[in-house]
Order: sequence, then structure tokens, then C-alpha cells
Amino acid sequence: MSLHPFVIELLQFALLLGLAPAFAGWVKVLKCRVQGRTAPGILQPYRDIRRLFGKDIVLAENASWLFRFTPYLTFGVTAIAAGIIPLISVDLPLSATADVIALVMLFGIVRFFTALAGMDIGTAFGGMGSSREMTIASLAEPAMLMAIFTVSLASNSTSLTQMVSVMAHSEFVIRPSLAFALAAFILIALAETGRIPVDNPATHLELTMIHEAMILEYSGRHLALIEWAGMMKLTLFFALGIAAFCPWGIATGGDTGLLLLAFVALSAKLVVGACVMVLIETGLAKLRIFRLPEFLGSAFLLATLGMIAFFILE
Amino acid sequence: MPAPLDIAGFSVLLLLVLAVAAPLLRSVRTLQITLAFSLAAVASMAAVVAGGMTVADGSVASAAMTLGIPGLPFHLRLDPLAGFFLVVIGLMGFFVSIYSIGYVKGYGGQRSMTQMICFYTLFLAGMLLVVLADDAYFFLVAWELMAAASYFLVMYEDEKGENRRAAFLYLLIAHVGALAILLAFGVMAGQSGRPVFDGYTFDAMRTAQLTPGWAAAAFFLAFFGFAAKAGVIPLHVWLPEAHPVAPSNISALMSGVMLKTSIYGICRFAFDFIKIFPWWWGGIVLVLGLISAVMGVLYALMQHDLKRLLAYHSVENIGIILIGLGLSMIFAAFHLPTLAALALVAALYHTLNHAVFKGLLFMGAGAVLHATHERNMEEMGGLIHRMPWTAPLFLVGCVSISALPPFNGFVSEWLTFQAFLLSPSLPHPLLKLLIPLGAAMLALTGALAAACFVKVFGVVFLGQWRGHQKPERIHEVGPSMRAGMLLASISCLLLGIFPTWVIGWLDTIPEQLCGGRLAESAGKFGWMWLTPIAHGRASYSGPMVFIGILAVVAVTWLLLHAHATSSRRVPVWDCGFARLTPRMQYTASAFSMPIRRVLGFLFAVREQVEVVPHTNHPSLPGSLQYRLRIRDRFWNWLYVPQGDAAYWIARQVGRLQQGRIQIYLLYSFVTLIVLLVFLG
Repeated sequence: MSLHPFVIELLQFALLLGLAPAFAGWVKVLKCRVQGRTAPGILQPYRDIRRLFGKDIVLAENASWLFRFTPYLTFGVTAIAAGIIPLISVDLPLSATADVIALVMLFGIVRFFTALAGMDIGTAFGGMGSSREMTIASLAEPAMLMAIFTVSLASNSTSLTQMVSVMAHSEFVIRPSLAFALAAFILIALAETGRIPVDNPATHLELTMIHEAMILEYSGRHLALIEWAGMMKLTLFFALGIAAFCPWGIATGGDTGLLLLAFVALSAKLVVGACVMVLIETGLAKLRIFRLPEFLGSAFLLATLGMIAFFILE
Repeated sequence: MPAPLDIAGFSVLLLLVLAVAAPLLRSVRTLQITLAFSLAAVASMAAVVAGGMTVADGSVASAAMTLGIPGLPFHLRLDPLAGFFLVVIGLMGFFVSIYSIGYVKGYGGQRSMTQMICFYTLFLAGMLLVVLADDAYFFLVAWELMAAASYFLVMYEDEKGENRRAAFLYLLIAHVGALAILLAFGVMAGQSGRPVFDGYTFDAMRTAQLTPGWAAAAFFLAFFGFAAKAGVIPLHVWLPEAHPVAPSNISALMSGVMLKTSIYGICRFAFDFIKIFPWWWGGIVLVLGLISAVMGVLYALMQHDLKRLLAYHSVENIGIILIGLGLSMIFAAFHLPTLAALALVAALYHTLNHAVFKGLLFMGAGAVLHATHERNMEEMGGLIHRMPWTAPLFLVGCVSISALPPFNGFVSEWLTFQAFLLSPSLPHPLLKLLIPLGAAMLALTGALAAACFVKVFGVVFLGQWRGHQKPERIHEVGPSMRAGMLLASISCLLLGIFPTWVIGWLDTIPEQLCGGRLAESAGKFGWMWLTPIAHGRASYSGPMVFIGILAVVAVTWLLLHAHATSSRRVPVWDCGFARLTPRMQYTASAFSMPIRRVLGFLFAVREQVEVVPHTNHPSLPGSLQYRLRIRDRFWNWLYVPQGDAAYWIARQVGRLQQGRIQIYLLYSFVTLIVLLVFLG
């Protein structure tokens, strides 16, 4: 039995919306285990979101429409990104909406508006978070582009489905250019999703907050939307990495059996990927903010090395 | 339907008539302003129509006037390249003229309206003529008309010394540039092999057979001249001085449109006159573009004067346009016409986009200035509550310039990225490797621009009012100013959502200039999907992004508001401190502090912190003073030595002046003798 591409598209939306909290929960459980703490269970993010949706909103007196609009926009843009990155099949009608560069810019919209919302109330925390977030983003962006560029050299395309198809159909060889690009991508993904050593998602300690500082004033359903979008973004960055570097197992059509297989493969990769991230997060301490240029600079260097390797070796 | 050239001629004539007729109405000021700017808007629209038609059907029309000097009448020509720039000038002229009706009234009674209207219309007419001129003499006349009119507009508030200095600096650099352009024309005419005056027509320059050395001399002289006008680093210093002090409607035109005439000039010289050039010309243009883009945005980040900041962003965006042009020249030099077309379209598209969003931002800055009488961002805040129209319109400009989809800035930067990513098709191994690094610099520029506009919007419109005057006195601006900004914002959105149509319309320009076409492959999958080279290569759909985001946002909102939980307003959480003041907010300088720390070595930054002890308890700090001074390094490196040298030479020459009549008589006598000996 074969599914229509639009059904696959919807399936993918549902998959991401539904499973992103589980993935975030899984990361949390793993992290607790590794650090010797008691885990709250994989379903905790669902309970958090439900609880937040049920709560009243407390708004600051001078919050503007932009503050109230941002959570919806954040959620909307992240959901659109979910329709573009191939998770289980490359046969996606919406994937032509944006190539990788446009996709990065979509995440840019989220960041832009979240940073603005952070400055809307006029407290020092919000401004601090926005300022730091935008600084990190501007240093991460060139490295991100170089990593993408290196990967796109192999497939001669920046369109995600094309990149995935070329990779999935090529034989498994370790290409030095891709190895460098993957290393760079991991560093950038840590920065973009606000994980240790760049930002600590669990902290509410004033001097170390970056992302949390921007959304400090949010509550109720607004916060639920932002948290949910954050979980989706985390999952999407993993999915992007999987699509760009190891898409093996992804379905090329709408065959149900293959889709199921692709889903199993994706889940397995996510589970393994989360382990890698948790090990990195547990093994490293958070960096001082002014050490970050070195961190992101090395990501840029790795990506550039990858590109040089491509031109020289391949 | 009259021919496009006639419509363009009508547009210019109407503007010139306005300039002459404006003084007649000076006794009825409101009527004078309304009538003059409405008619200027009509004239601008006529230019848009003329240009739009020419670009659409790729026609070329030319005419010679009976005016001019003997042997060299004024030549006019309207081809797609000129037509495109007519559209850029006309479109912004239209928006800004509407905006000006309200903005200029703000000067009511303090200043001569006639002066403003005269120079405004002459300025517009000058820019239109620059694009239409088809011989060197007429071109330079138009170029000077444009420069002189804008000089008087920068000087409009001439009682301030700062303004006079800025205007002088502007005039100086504009003329150094004009001189270089004149020399470039001289080289071209001298090499064209035609009789003296005939060589100065652009037709002669198109057919001139130049040796590589003379071609390079002509191109780089012209490039220097145009770069001085465009504010390419290191010739940018006049720009952040002149743009902020000009009235805001003029800043919008200068920054959005006038700089673009130099892009026109560079295109004309490279692709129309010289046509065959080595790749390193493009390489130099590309490198200068990259430097301007990165340094421009970094300088912008350090500013806290709103209009000065926007002026530095013009440097950045001119850089981005030059990146596209440089890539296009490199591709053209290696005979890759389709790729050259892609890069050229990216550059031209960005030219149009920058005109629209920068015009919008300057109009917004003008609205803020109008309402608050303040240019210093550190004294603003929370204007989103006081100016419910200006804030969202300004936000559109911020999002567009930060290259975020689905607005227009994104499309042209995306096209530039695509042009970068095609560099592996170059046959030159070193270029393959180096050009992608340029793409990384462009990414850095885009991300820094986003950071900068978070700062601008966040500090000016969000948070709480920081200024000294009462915020209750700030009011939204009038309907005509809102209309000008609204039209520009709508254009930002439309240019972002319908790129395939724009590229289809633009297609005649790359076809005529570099022999490649783009529209066929770019619009192969219908108007919704932009696929610049091939579908498998890269694609983007503005409409889908826009509708998709809108749909998800709407659905989420509706679902959540079906059983909405209540929301209530409370005072801002102050961590128990209980006396939160607006001065505790992040300021513009604070916002850019991390970037200043990371990339501060590029500037001459001087930070001073002074702690004054408490009077009663000397061990406690009483107050703290923070001083920050950021200088443009190029000023000290390039301009100060030149100025010093000029002074030194002037002083040495000044020794001749003894102030005694006998000495001067001696000079005359000696000169006479020398002349008799050598010439006799």
C-alpha cells in the first residue's frame, strides 16, 4: 500500500509535533541517569506542556502585541520547518518550499522575534539574553553555512530532499570532507539549540542564562508554545544532521512498509544521537561567554577544512 | 500608449517645472507643499511606468536633444538597464514624495519650503537624468545636478555647524569621485578612435576597442569615482556624516536611491562599455564588496544614533550588491553566462530591495525623529505603545534588512548565496576554494545585521521610555507619512513573496548585458517556486512560507482561544527590588557590548570607567561614569594624513604671500620674464 505524498507530509507534521516532547524527555532521562540523578520519566515534557496550557497567563503591564504574538510565530515557523526536513520519506511536496539556507533563515526568524520579545518588557535579564543570543548566532552563522556548503558540494544541491537522496543512494564510505563537516555541525547544533557548553537549558541562574533569560517573562499557554517549539527545534536539528550526514533507511516513496522501517531507523538514530549529546553535555562544563568565539571559531575552521578536503581529496 | 522614453521625458520635465514654479506659490504654504509633492509623486510614478515597460519588453530607444554644446548635443537613451534604475528611483521617489507631504510640514514656519521643494525636485530630476544620459557630457551635468541638489538638501538645517561640516565633506568626496569619472570618460573617449566630440557619446564607448591596460585604467577610475559616491569602504566616511543630518525624507532618497546610481554606473562601464574583462576585476569588486559588507554592519552595530546606524547599513548593503556584481563579473569573465546572469540578477534585485527597505527604515527613523525630536537611541524606548502604526511598519523594514523570509531582503541574499555556491563550476582551482569563504562572510554580515536590528527595534520601540521628556507628549505621525511607510512595507512583502515575477520581469537585463537568461529556469515550476538554476539544485517558495506561517499561527491561535485561560496584567517582576527604573534596561551600547568585545580590535575603541566615591562613605562607590568612544579607523589611517599633508602644502605655498605690494610686483615681473624666455 502506498501513501499519497500529502498524507506523508501530514504524517510528518504529526510525528514531529507528537514526538518532539518524547525526544526531549528521553534526553532528560538519559542525562539524569548519566549524572546519577532520579529521572522524571520520558513523559514529563507532555505533562509540563499540558500543565502550562491549563494555566492563566500573567502579563507584564507594558507587554506589547509583539510579546503576545511571538509565541505563536515561534510555534508556526518551527512547525513549517517540520514539513521541510525529510524525516521518514523524501517524497515531500512541501520540501521544495525552502532549501537548507532558507531553512537556517527560518530558524533565524524564531531567534529574531524571541530576542525582540526578550527586550519588550524592559528588564535587564531580557536584554541580556537577547544580546547574548544574537552575538552567539552571528558567530555561529558563518560556520553553519560552511558546513552546509561542504555537504552540498557532494550532492551539488542545497535542496534537502536532493541531498538526502544522493547520500542515501551512495555507498557508505567515510569521506574526510563530511567527517569535518559533521564535527562542525555538531558544535554549531549545540550552540543553536542552546545546550552545554554554550548555554544551559536547565539553568535559571541569572548570570549564565541566555535563552531562558529571553523567555523569563512568559507564562501559561505562551510559555507552553515556546517550550514545545524549543523541543521541536531540538528534534529538527537532530533530524537535519541525520538527513545531511546519515540518511540511510529513509523511504523514497510512500510505501507503508518502507515508511515504517524509516520510522524505526529514525527513532534508532535519534536515540543514539541523544546519547552522544548527553555525553558531550555531561563531559563538558559551560563555557564563559567570551570563550565562545573560540568554540565557534573552531567550528568554522573544521567546516573550512572539510571544504578544502573536498576540493583536494575528492 | 506613448513611448517609454517620452514618459520618462515627461517625468523629468514635470520635476524641472516644479522646481521653477515652486517659488510662485510660496505665500500659500500648505497648498505649495501638497501640490509640489503630489506632483513629484506623479512624476515618479511616470518614471516607474517608463522604466517598467522598457525592462518588460527589452526595448531600446534613444534620442538626441537640440540642447547641449556645439558638436555634442545631449543624448538620451532608455534601455532595460536604465529602465530598471528608473523604476528604483521612481518607486522610492513615489513613496518618499507622499511621505514628504506630512514630514515637510513639520518644519512649518521655521524654514523656507521653497528651498526644500526646489532642491528636492532637482535632486529627483538629476537622478533620473543620470540614468537616461547617453553621452559623457550630459551624464556629468546630470551627475553634478544630483550632487549639488543633494548638497543643498544636506545643508538644509544649515545653522548647525555639524551639518555644514558634513555637507562639505560630502561635496568634497563627491567631487573627487566626479573627477575620477571624468578621467574615465576621457580615457574611453581618447581610445575610441573617433573625432573629439563624437568620442564622448556612449555609443562610441560601446564600440571602442581598448587595449587591456587602458580598459583597466578606465574601469578602475570609474569604479573609484562610483565607489566614492556609493560609500564603499574606505571611501565611506562622508556617508555616516551626511545622511543623519539631512532631513529624513532626503536621507531616505540619498541612501535608498542616490547610492544606486553608482551601481548603475559600474554596471554600465563593466557590462555595457568594456564587456570583455579579466576575472580579477570582478575579484577586486567582490573583495571590496565583502569588506564593505562586514565592516559596514560592524560599524552600524556600534552606533547609537539611529540615522547614523542606518547610514552605516547602507555601506553594508552596497557591499552586498557589489558582491553580486563582482561574482557576476567573475562568471562573465569565464564565459558562464547563466551563472553571470544569476549573480547579476541577485545584485540588481538587492538594489531594488535595499532601496525599498532602507527608504522605509529612514522614513521610520524620520517618523521617530518627528515624534520625539531625538536621534539618540539611548533616550528612546517603548515607542510601540505611543506609535502603533510606525512600529509595525518599521518592524517590516527591520525584518527585511535582516534577510529573514518571507520578506524581500531574504530573496536577494539567498540568490547571492546561490551564486556563491555555484563557484565550483569555475575552471580556476584557487577561486573554487576562496570564493566560498566569501559566502561565509556574507552569512556573518546577515547574522550581524539581524543582531543590529534586534538592537534597533528593541531599544527604540520596545521596553520602557528612557528619555527625559514626558512620553505622553509623543504622538503618532500623520496620515501621509503613514501612507508612505505603508506602501514601502507592502512592497517589501510583495517583492519577497513574488520573486519569480520580478525575475521574469528583470530577465531582459542579464540577457542584454551578459548574454544569459534566468527566468526560464527560475520560474519553471510556476510562479510559486523559485528555482534559480534547476529544481534539484535549490528552491524557495515565498508564498508557501508566508501562507504556511500565517496558517499555522492562525490555527494555533484559534485552537488556543476556543477555551482560553484568562490572562491578567501585573507590574513587572522586579526580583523584590521594588524600584525598577527605565534606566536599568539594556541600552544600545550594552546590547552590542559582547560583539564589541569579540570584534573590537577592528575599531579604535576607548572605554573609560570612572568611579566617584560616595561623599559620606568613601569606601562605597557614589556614582559611576562610563565613557565610550568608537572611532572609524579609516579616518585616522587615510583621511587625517591627507588632510595634514594638504595643510602642510598650503602652508608652504602660503610663504609666497608676503602681503607687500613690491613682492607681488616682483612675482609678476619674474613671471613675465620667464614666459618671454620660454615661449618667445
